[in-house]
This record gives sequence, C-alpha cells and structure tokens, in this order.
Amino acid sequence: MNARNLVIIAVLAAAVVLLAFVPSFTNGYQLSLAINIVSYTVLATAWTLFSGPTRYVSLATVAFFGIGAYTVAVLGEQLAWPLVLLIAFVIGFALSLLVGLSTLRLSGVYFVIFTLGLAELVRQLVTWYEVNITRTLGRYIFLDVTHAQIYWQLLALAVTVFISGWLIQRSKLGLALRVIGDDEAVARHVGINTVMAKVVLFAFSASFMTLAGAIMAPRWTYIDPAIAFNPVVSFQVLIMALLGGVHRLYGPIFGVIPLVMLFEILLAKFPNHFSILVGIAFLLIVYAIPRGIVGLIEGVQLSLRKAKGAGA
Amino acid sequence: MITEPLLSGITLGGIYALIAMGLTLQYGVARIMNLSYGESLVAACFAALWLFTAVSVNPLIGLLVIVPLAALINWLVYQVLLMPLVKRAPSRDALEVDSILATFGLLFVAQGIMLAIFGGNYFSYSFLAIPVKIFGATVSASRLLALAFAVVIGLALYLGLTRTRAGTAIRAVAVDPVSALLVAIDVRATAAFAYALGGALVAAGGVLVSMFLTFNASLGVVFTMKALIVVIMGGVGNLMGCLVAGMILGLTETFVATYVDPGLTLAATYIIFIAVLLLRPQGLFGARRS
Amino acid sequence: MSAPLLSITALTRRFGGLVAVDGLTLEVRPGEIVGLLGPNGSGKTTVLNLISGALKSDAGSIQLRGKPLEKLPAFRIAREGIARTFQLVRVLGSMTCRENVIAGLAFGAKSRWGKEAELASQELLARVGLASRADVMTSELTYIDQKRLELARALAMQPELLLLDEWLAGLNPTELRDGIDLVRSLRTEGRTILMVEHVMDAIRSLCDRCYVMNAGKKIAEGTSKEVLSDPEVVRAYLGDADA
Repeated sequence: MNARNLVIIAVLAAAVVLLAFVPSFTNGYQLSLAINIVSYTVLATAWTLFSGPTRYVSLATVAFFGIGAYTVAVLGEQLAWPLVLLIAFVIGFALSLLVGLSTLRLSGVYFVIFTLGLAELVRQLVTWYEVNITRTLGRYIFLDVTHAQIYWQLLALAVTVFISGWLIQRSKLGLALRVIGDDEAVARHVGINTVMAKVVLFAFSASFMTLAGAIMAPRWTYIDPAIAFNPVVSFQVLIMALLGGVHRLYGPIFGVIPLVMLFEILLAKFPNHFSILVGIAFLLIVYAIPRGIVGLIEGVQLSLRKAKGAGA
Repeated sequence: MITEPLLSGITLGGIYALIAMGLTLQYGVARIMNLSYGESLVAACFAALWLFTAVSVNPLIGLLVIVPLAALINWLVYQVLLMPLVKRAPSRDALEVDSILATFGLLFVAQGIMLAIFGGNYFSYSFLAIPVKIFGATVSASRLLALAFAVVIGLALYLGLTRTRAGTAIRAVAVDPVSALLVAIDVRATAAFAYALGGALVAAGGVLVSMFLTFNASLGVVFTMKALIVVIMGGVGNLMGCLVAGMILGLTETFVATYVDPGLTLAATYIIFIAVLLLRPQGLFGARRS
Repeated sequence: MSAPLLSITALTRRFGGLVAVDGLTLEVRPGEIVGLLGPNGSGKTTVLNLISGALKSDAGSIQLRGKPLEKLPAFRIAREGIARTFQLVRVLGSMTCRENVIAGLAFGAKSRWGKEAELASQELLARVGLASRADVMTSELTYIDQKRLELARALAMQPELLLLDEWLAGLNPTELRDGIDLVRSLRTEGRTILMVEHVMDAIRSLCDRCYVMNAGKKIAEGTSKEVLSDPEVVRAYLGDADA
C-alpha cells in the first residue's frame, strides 16, 4: 500500500468519524434528512454494486427494503435486535438467490421483468397473509430506538457496503464482473462461472438493501404493505444511482445528496404531482447525462488532459 | 360449476393475448422493452370511462376514437423520445438498457398524470352488464362482447401481418433488421409503425377490459408484467404463442381466483413465470437460440 | 501412436433446417497442430464453438483425454484445459493489456492471482511481443496487437488444447510472417493446437495434419500436402470445373 492510498484512507476514516457526530449538532428535521441521505446512499450504492458492472437493471429495490422492514415489524419485539437483523439478512439473501438463480442464467431482459413485478408480488403476498392469517392490515412498531441510533446503524451499514464493494473490486470476483461487463462470451471462455458471479453479487446487493429496510423500520412506527413496498422507492434509488454514475462505487453519492434534497422540496410543494416530476427528472438524466455526474466530471478531466497534452 | 370460471378464464385469456400481441410487436420489431406499456392500457380504460360517463359514448364506438389516438400518441413517443436512444445506441443490448430506463421513467410520468387526475380510487362503469346464459353458465354480455372483439382484432392483425406487404416488412424487421435494410425496407419507419400498432392494440385491450373490470391509476405495472410473461411464455414475436400463453394465464388466474384465493392470482402468475424461465426460457413456440 | 487428446465422434449440430455440422469425426493427438479447413460456411467455426461450449451439439461426442465435454458449460470446458481465440478478435475493451492477460490467468484450472499473476502476465505479454504495452488500453492497440493479446490471454490459461479461429486472417504479409513464427514457436513448446485457417502458407508451414469440411461434412483428411492436392478439396474450394 503506497502513501497516497494511506492518505486517502485516513481522510475517509476521519470523514466517517465526523459524520458520526452529526446527531449531536443537528435538530430533528436535519437529522431526519441525514437519515434519508445515508439510507439512500446504502440503497443506491448496493444497487450499483450489482447493476453497475453487470448492467442488469434491477427494479426490485423496494421488495428487499420492504422485506427488511416487515421482518422488524413481525419479529422486532420478540427477538434481540442483532438477531432480527440477521434474520432479515438471511431472508433477503435467500429470496435474492431464488430470483438470481431463476433469471440470471438468461439474458438481462428476463431479470428486469422479474424484478419489475417482484415488489408487487411480495406486497400482494404479505397483504394476503395479513388479511387471511393475522387478520390485520398494518402493524405498529414500538421499538425503543432513537433517530440517532438509526442514523449510526445506517452509517455503519454504509461503511460496510463501501468496504465490501472495495474488497469485491479488488478480488477475483471483481475482475470476473468487469470481464462479464466487457464481453460475457469471453468471460465464459476464460473459465468464469458467469451465472454464479452474478448471483452471488446480486445476493449481496439485495441483502444490504434488506438490512437498510430493517434498520429504517422503527422510524415509521406504523407500516402496512403499501408503505413498505412503495414502488417509488425503487424508482428513486435507480434515479439517484444513475444521476451519480454507476461505473464507480462512490458514484451514487453524487446523485443521492442533491436528489434527496430535491425530492424533499418536491414532496412538500407538489405532493400530488410528485411522481410526474420525478419521472421527468429521471428522463432528463437518462437523455442528458447517461454516464452520470461522475462520468461527466471524468469526461471533462479527460478532455482537459488531452488539451494539455496537445498543447505541450 | 366449472363452465363459469372456464368462460371467464377464456375471456380474460383472449384479452391477455391481445395485449401481449401489442407488446410482442413493440419488443420484437421495434426492439423497445416498454415498461410503461400497461399505462397505455390504463389510460385507455380511463378514456373509455370518460367517454361513457361524460359524453355517453358507448365504448365500442369509443374504440374508433381511442385506438387511432393511441396509435398516434405511441408513434409520437417513439419518434420524439425513443428515436434519440435508437440513434445513440451502439448495440442492441445498449438500446435495451436505455429503453428500459426511459420507459420506466415514462411509467411514472404517465401514472402520475392519471393519479393527479383520477386519484387512487377504483373505477368501473356498467355497460351491457346483462347476464347471458351460455352452456349453462351465466356470463355478462360485456365479457362475451370483449372476447368477440379481441378475437376479431387479433385475427385481423394476424392476417395483416401474414398477407400484406406492410405486414411482411414488419416480420422481416423482426427477424433480421440488417437484411431488411438490404431489401430496401425502411427499418426505422417500420419500427415506429410497429410501435404505434402495438400501442393501438393495448389501447383496444384497455377499452375492452374497462367494460367488465374495475381499474385504478396504478394498475398499469401489473398489466405490463402479465403481458411480458405472456410474450415470453409464447416466444418473443410469435402471435400464436401469445394466444396460447394468454389463454394459459387467463385460465390459471381465473381458476386460482375461483378455487384458491383471489389474493393469490399474481402469485400464480409468478409461479408460471418461474416455471417458464426454468424449463423453457425460449417460450412454448420459440426457436432455440444459440 | 499416442492416445488422442481430443476426439470427436459423429458430431452434429443443426440450425433450423440447416445442418451446420454433419456427423463430423476427428481427433487431435498431443503436441500436434491440426488444421481445420474448408470454404466459407462449411461449419468450421461451428465446430470450434461446439468444442469450446459456446454452442451445444445435437448429437455426437466430444472428449478431452476421454472425458466427455459435450454436456459441460463453456466455463467448465475452459477449466478442463481448452482455450480459444475468436474469429472476430475479442479483447476486453475497458481494460489494459495486462488486465486482459490476468483475466486469462485468474479463472482457469491453474488459477494465478495477485503478485504471481502480475509476473506471469508480464512474461506472457513478452512472449507475444507486447512487453512494452502492458499498461496500454486495449482499445488503443492495432489489429495485429489485439490478436497477439488475445493469444496471450488464451495462453495464460495454460491450455492443453488451443483453438485458433482464423487467427492469421486479415494480417499484412509482414505481420503474417510474425504470426506464423509465433504459432510455430508454440509448437516447439509442445502445445497442441486445432486451428481453423484459410491462409494456405500458414497451413503448409504449420499443420501436421488437416481435416477439410464442406457443407458440414468431412471431405478429406491427411497431411496438409495430401489434402491440399485432393481433387475433392480443390473442387470444394473452386467449384466444379464443369459447372
């Protein structure tokens, strides 16, 4: 490890420590905004972890997020908190394995279609279960968790996601994914089990989303299937990741921060036209900045360097 | 009584087949994976509702207005929104990803507009809700009429695609856009036409569905999903496959709703989907692709 | 005579109504360079795709050291010890030359990673004449250099059998001479190669034996000299003299 990397790591560590103190100098509203930012950072980065290198567009973020939340709603008061998180993780992992194994052998379209309806399927199944078995639609979550504690857990999760992503990039799995992203046929012919690589990565990405949902659940106090599996969440995560840029692990942060603010304003000012405005914002991003903010910055850097090179 | 669910299953299946035919045109020919497809259907439902309740135009007459209008709107969407993506895409895969993203955005815009106008409530209107006895079962006349129209439209489409010059061009582009170009077919114009035609079909499906189903502004995704499953089950680009797969889906759903639980129909749909993915991903009638 | 490394029996593959490979039988013994010839569309590339698992056969068997391959997925076949190049050169566009070679080193049966892979990649790049270009992006390479790189990636897998699909096509005369020398040097290392090729000079100077295909069927086999003077082979390439 060279000196430059050490400096970067030190700066990042210091930044995390600073961020950990956010709850002590913010008011309730600011903290709740911070929670939103960190939670969407986790979701959008976890999304990018899989969809960035593979280019398989996952539309099922909220399916996993909602499962996490529901796990807490059902088990939160009965089991110790770490155990609840573990169970949420396992459920998310198992479901994503099922989805991955049935679709990732095939071309990307099948995966997209499967994930498009997955949240709706899970929502309907949970609704059916609640109506027929428990006979209540909606649950209260009375857990003794403060907003600051939610924030810290999310921050820890975000750090975990970044470290995992960084480790994966440096591992053989990371190289395998880059090869798959470049040319899947070549990947198979150099001995990469392309299906396994994709499934494993998808399972990790989805499990992180499930954990985020579990950690966020106590903030709601009341959830029902329509709240927990709101498709707009999947959509927002996708927009944030694309705005930031999905070819870098840190890309989504650049989309999360401005868009959390923007959505906050839109939701306050135009609650009835939220979905239209978000849709238009999304179309603008897809057409105008297909490689995201990070891609834009890198493009400018590259052309500057080229101009300099030509001048010399 | 088994004839009753059988009949409603066949009606539903016929409509699913019609809807899926439109999607298979959009995806198979224009190569656009349109995730906002179901929104066109729901929009047509609302249009039929409005014509019926506000201007008291019967939905069958309404078809004559709504279908051409839907074709025009879809043609414009293709020319204005999708053409830039077609032009910038370096490969078919890239276009697929781009079109998925763009139409996903469109989904939220369209859904948002309908939510803003109509709210989240369920709607229905009563048109020809006269009970008809057939094979000892009671079905509403509107359902039978919807099925009859679906059959006529589907048949017309089939004949149009197999017997006319324009239809042949469409099929040629579906099979091989590069060679189609070589035999002087304007591939982009044909793709735009197929996309518009697909939109017209789903709008027709929407009008027919609105005659006997309750609907709301956020129902689109479910219809998109079902149409996609039917297209995949039947084999992309295969009209016969759409018909058979549509029937399978319609019957399964009706039987599950009747004998198991109406809350589990989507789960049944998904089980079929998973079975297709695991056992025959190329579809019932699809050729093996290398 | 040594036991065959690769033996293919009655291999058949159809595309719809077209029989692309029709009951083909061939074998490759260790240390041989075997040519697979035939006019365009005769099914040669399909054979390579069947061996490497890019396509699945409809009938027949493919065995490496007696082990059946025809049911295995491509990545398993690669790990069994078969590496290939592609008819239209395929390098990994977003990576440097070194990373391309490491992609070949990392996932095979004898996987190498980390420092070891770095060293091995440098050696392999030197082996194909790209030593100075390790950190260059593949998109900046010339055509011949992309072909060299593709070969280095295949060699990185330490394959028992190397499949070359028109690796020498599209090169100018100087490049062709370099290319032939490079393949010949592989033979001196004792590599076993099955190559699809059109360049007659290359076939004459490199191949121990050849198989010739036409319309999916084997029409001749023997030493390169024998098959190239076989009247049926000449007819397949040039068309019937009476026509």
